Amino acid sequence: MALCHRRRLFFKQLSGLLAAVCLPVPYAHALWPEKHYAASPLDVTLKQLFEDKVILPSDQIDINVPLIAENGAVVPVTVSATIPAVQKIYLLVDKNPVPLVAEFALSEKMQAVVSARVKMAQTGDVWVIAETAMALYSASTNVKVTIGGCGG
Amino acid sequence: MSSIKIRAKLLGEATQIRILIAHPMETGRTIDPQTRQSFAAHFIQTMTVRHNSDVIVQADMGSGVSKDPYFAFMLNGGQLGDIISVEWSDNKGQHDSASETVK
Repeated sequence: MALCHRRRLFFKQLSGLLAAVCLPVPYAHALWPEKHYAASPLDVTLKQLFEDKVILPSDQIDINVPLIAENGAVVPVTVSATIPAVQKIYLLVDKNPVPLVAEFALSEKMQAVVSARVKMAQTGDVWVIAETAMALYSASTNVKVTIGGCGG
Repeated sequence: MSSIKIRAKLLGEATQIRILIAHPMETGRTIDPQTRQSFAAHFIQTMTVRHNSDVIVQADMGSGVSKDPYFAFMLNGGQLGDIISVEWSDNKGQHDSASETVK
C-alpha cells in the first residue's frame, strides 16, 4: 500500500516536472499584458486599461502627426508632453481593430517625448494618454487616411 | 546581423535615442492572395531600452505598430561613451538585442 502510494506520488511529481519542462516558455512573454491588446472598441480598451479612473483632457500634450496620411500602414507620430513626471505614455488609434498601439513606461531620466510609427486602418483619431502618479491626461488629433494616395 | 539599429546622439543637455528594428509586425488579419489564408500574427510584444544598466524605457506593443518599427526617445543627460542597449521579444518567442555608444 505504502509502496503503491509512493509510486503514485512519484508519477505525480514526474508529470508535474515534465509539464514544467515541456511547456514552451516564451522569452519575457508573461510581461505582455494580453488583455490590453484585445480587439474591442476604444472605450472598452480604455476601461480595460484604466478602469473608471478620470482621464482629463490636456492641452499640455502635443501630438505631431500628418494631417493627411497617404499610407495608413505607416503614420509617423511624435508625442511630447510638458506635464511634469509622466511615467507612462499610451498610444491609441480609435478606429483600429485593436485600439491600443503601444505603451511606454518611462523612467524619471526620460523626457515625455516619444516617436513611433503606427498603422491606421482608416481615417480616425490618434489618442495619447499620459499617466503620472497622480492622474491621467489625454489628447487626440484627427488623421485623414487616403488609400489611393491622391490626398483628397 | 542584428535586427536592431540604434543611434544615440548627444544634443547638448539631452541624448536623442533612435531605434529601428527589422520586423514584419504581422497583425494576423492580412489575407495572402495566393492561399486565401491569413498570415499568422507575428509582432514584437515587449521592448526594453537601457542606459548603461538602468532600464529607461519599458515598452509593450501590439500589431498596431508599423512594420519595421521605429522609435525615438529623449534621455535627460547622458555622456559620450554611455551605452544604450535595446532588446525586444515577439509573440513567437523570438528575441534580439543590440547596444550602441552615445556619440
